[in-house]
Parts: sequence; C-alpha cells; structure tokens
Amino acid sequence: MSDKVIIAKDLTRKFGNFVAVDAVSFEVSKGEIFGFLGANGAGKTTAMRMLCGLLAPTSGAASVAGFDIASQTEMVKKHIGYMSQKFSMYGDLTVKENFLFYGGVYGLKRKVILERLDMMLGLLQLREATNSLVDSLPLGWKQKLSFSLATLHQPGIIFLDEPTGGVDPIARRQFWDLIYEAANDGVTIFVTTHYMDEAEYCDRVSIMVDGKIEALDSPENLRKQFNAESMDAVFQELARGTSTK
Amino acid sequence: MKQYLAFVKKEFRHILRDKRTLLILFGMPVAQILIFGFALNNEVENAGVAIYDMSGDYESVLLQNRLENSEQFFIERECQTTECIEEAFRQSKARIGIILPQNFGSDLLNGQKPEIKIVSDASDPNQAQVLTSYATAIILTHVKGRATIVQNAPIVSAIPRMIFNPELKSVYMFVPGVMGLILLLVGAMMTSLTIAREKELGTMELLLVSPLYSWHIIFGKVTPYWLLSFFNAMVIVTLGIIVFDMPMNGSAALLIGSCLLFSLTALALGIFISAKANSQMTAMFVSMMGLLLPTILLSGFVFPIENMPIVLQVVSNIIPAKWFIMIIKGLMIKGSGMTVIWKPVAVLVFITLLLGVAAIKSVKPRLNE
Repeated sequence: MSDKVIIAKDLTRKFGNFVAVDAVSFEVSKGEIFGFLGANGAGKTTAMRMLCGLLAPTSGAASVAGFDIASQTEMVKKHIGYMSQKFSMYGDLTVKENFLFYGGVYGLKRKVILERLDMMLGLLQLREATNSLVDSLPLGWKQKLSFSLATLHQPGIIFLDEPTGGVDPIARRQFWDLIYEAANDGVTIFVTTHYMDEAEYCDRVSIMVDGKIEALDSPENLRKQFNAESMDAVFQELARGTSTK
Repeated sequence: MKQYLAFVKKEFRHILRDKRTLLILFGMPVAQILIFGFALNNEVENAGVAIYDMSGDYESVLLQNRLENSEQFFIERECQTTECIEEAFRQSKARIGIILPQNFGSDLLNGQKPEIKIVSDASDPNQAQVLTSYATAIILTHVKGRATIVQNAPIVSAIPRMIFNPELKSVYMFVPGVMGLILLLVGAMMTSLTIAREKELGTMELLLVSPLYSWHIIFGKVTPYWLLSFFNAMVIVTLGIIVFDMPMNGSAALLIGSCLLFSLTALALGIFISAKANSQMTAMFVSMMGLLLPTILLSGFVFPIENMPIVLQVVSNIIPAKWFIMIIKGLMIKGSGMTVIWKPVAVLVFITLLLGVAAIKSVKPRLNE
C-alpha cells in the first residue's frame, strides 16, 4: 500500500475572507476506503470539489491519480468516478440510456458499455431494470445504479459525496458491500458521510472541523485516542470542542 | 466528437420523451400562426355601414351601390339621424357611418366638392383607421370617376394603392413576427430551461466532473434545439404560404440562412440566461419577461415601430427580432435581395457575435468555479 493515489498538501480554498478549507494535508493509498467526515459547512464538499477538478485551490497543491489538480484537470477527470449527494442519473432516460450516455462521455464503445452494463446489473440482480425509466425505480436501486455508473469507465478512484442519504439501513448495508467489492478490486474510495456507523466501515477516517482536519486515523485508533466507545462519540467530542471555542 | 454525439443523442432522448415539451415545440408554432392568421386579423371584410343619406338623389344611390358591391362593406342600415348611426355602433351592427350631404349629386356634378362625412367606431382604433382608409379609398375612386364621366373632363385623381400587400393582409405581418417569436422561444427558453434543469437535478455536477469540455456541453445542448428551431421556422413559412397565400418572392437560400442565423442569436441568449439562472423557474421568468415581452411589444411585430415614442424607437434597435422581421418581410413579401437587406443582416450578425461571446464568457467561470 505504498502507492499514494491522492496527495494533498496545504490545500486551501478561500471564498472572499471566508476560509472554507484551511491548509489541509493528507494522503490516500490505492485500494483504501477513506472516510471524509465533518459537520455541514466544515469544508468537506469544497475539499472534494477541488480534488475532482471542479474548483481551483487558492493555495497549496494536490495530485489525484498522479495528476496535478490545478494544471492537469482534464487528466484528473478522466481517471476518477464521481457520485454526488444529489441523485445524478437522468430520470427521464432508461437505465440503459443513462449508461450509454455516460459511457459515450468517457469515450467508451457502445459494445463495451453494453457488456459492462449487463455484467454489473447481473451482479446487482437488477437486470430487469435495464429498460426501465430511472424515475420509476426505488431510491435504493437508483443509488446502486449510480454507483455502478460511476465505475462504468473503470476509474482508479471513486469520489462519493454522501452517497447513502435518505435510504434505509438495509439498502445502506448493501451499498457498502458494493464499496467493499470495488475496494477489493484495487479501486480507491473517497467517501463523505454523515452516518457514524458508516465511518466504522472505512479503513481510515479524517474529521474536518472549520476547514481543518482535526483527526485522521483508522476508526479503531481514533476511538482509542479519544477514549470513546464509538465513532459517534469521537465526532461529538471534536465537534463540541469547536463550538465552545 | 464521439462525446459530443453522445451528448446530442441524450438531448434528443430528453426532448422526444417529454410529451409536454414536444407539444410546446411543435404545437405552439402551428397554433400561433393559425390564431394570428385567422383570429387576430385587421382585415376588413363585410363591415357594416350605417348610411345617412340627406340628399337621396341618383348619385348618392350610385355611391351606395358601389359600397354595397365592395367586398369590404355592406349597407347595414339607412339612417335618418346621426343618433341612428351611434345606435348602430352601440349595437355593434355597424362599424362605420357615412353621411352624405344635401344636394350631394348636384354639387358633385357641378364640381362643388360635396363634403362626405365618415364616422367610425374608434373603440378599436386600429380597426377604425383601417376601415376609414378603405371607405375613403372606395368613395374617392367612385366620386372622381363619376365627376370625370359626367363633366367629360379628365381630372387627375389620386388613387391610393397598397403595394406588396394590396389586400392589407395582416397575416403578412404576423408570419415574420411569429417566426421571430417561435425561434426566440424555442432557442432561448428551451436551452436555458434544459441547462437549468441539469443544475436543479444535480446532473450538471456529473457533467462537470466528467472529461467533457465546456464546448461539448454547450454545443451538445444547442445542436438539437438549433435543428428544431429551424424545422419550426420552415413549418411556419410553409403554413404561411399554403394556408394564407403568403408570397415567397425572395431567395429561399437567404431565407433559410437568416432563420439559421436568428436561431443562433436565440441560442446564445439562452446560454447567457442559463449561466445566470440556477432554477427552471428563474430561467422561465427571465425568458418571459426579458425576451418575450420586449419582442412582442418592441420588435414591430404587433405595434408599428414608427408610431412609438422616440425613446422606445431607439430601444427597439437592440431587439434582435426587429431586424429578423425586417429581413423576413423584405425577403418574402418584397422579394428583396442581399443588396437591400444587407443592413439588417449585418446588424443581426453583429448582435449574434456579441451575444455569442458574452454567452461563452459567462459559461466559462461557472465551469471552473
């Protein structure tokens, strides 16, 4: 696990006088599931947008899949998959049409797309949904399909922005099975979440408070470090610390 | 290129799947042209005349026959008082009243210039004006003709003759206007709506994270609507020609070229709006208020620009549809060539370039932000 696929060094982003992300540094290895935690407004999404090449950093630098996020944005984009917090498939298109479109966007051949679609739907046991309009599917299915869509072009890194918002615990558990499978295949997972039980599933977790990373370690070590029973307690500890500052 | 094609295909799927959009896209032009063509016309046909003939001689009867035999008028009633004419207006039976003075016939034959009064119901001023000028034209022609025959002395007479649109068909005015309106609507409103929709649904994020370049997104969005606008323009022209006997005197190539050009103007506007608008509601509102109203009111589509206050006349110059309507009228009705219409064409090209640059500039920071 010496292969670092995400390297952030003093990554900073300001909006006017407001410092959304304040000199954040971390590294993520290949095949790792990296949890990115923080309260709303802590700067998670801003940091993630910078890593995806959506937002230019004010200062500092980062590389993703070996490409600089500021100068080699297009290369970064080609090598990552992204699933956003908002649902991001076209509801008025069928599953197949969505896949054909995104595959086309990444320059995949129609034949390749259809083969992969068939294989992925087979694994998810959702083959029956191939020609259904996305709007007609239950939310749990849609989220699994979005994840598959994000992996369609076989990226080395997948960014998941609060992927399991609004689904039931069983569907969430199933979703995490997908994430584990992908990680086993050597795909790096960078995931933001609000659910502390999900934080436990990650290999390593960083907790952002007010634009800074206040803690970064495996869930087990973090619990020890903060002498807490669960990740929830760790998070509460850190979050409370700042609110009384 | 492949990515661009994938995008265009996807856009077409959106359009074809959405029945409401389809209805707007293809129903609206047809409905508008039919409504404007049939219902909202200023043409005069069988307007009732209340006549108050004070003389009742041979010449006045001749004149009445002439009016009765015209396509535009029929004698609705013969009055003995002016109140009777007003009553006819109030009942909406007659729209114009004609009062022939005493000794009409003898005055006419003696060259005394009898004074004929034409009264019109000005509760609809436009209509009243048109009716009055028709009646005046008919009466003058007739009277001058009579005077010439009887006195056997040729007099030079001024006969008003409307050229290019001799029947004063209002559809000739509406076809270019509706074309402008539809192209603008489809181009600007639809494009801005579809981009705003991607933002609302969150699919825009995914597009931005993908390796698509901004030109893929912009041109991918624009191409289908460009084709559709063009198709619509052709439907309107065809309807105008077939249903309303609109002439097509100019070059078809120039007509197609100017439709394509104006669609581009509209699309540039659409992208410009969508760069600012984050929701479909905003995009809709801006398109309606910022584009449709000024276009309907200031382009010369409904109200003649010459009759506007000077300030509005100046403002009308920045309305792209004004120039487009000028071009189309020139091409279809007058059969003008490039030598005549080059000025509006040049202005439209200039506006389009300006908007295009502004549109592309406004999109870029959004993609990198």
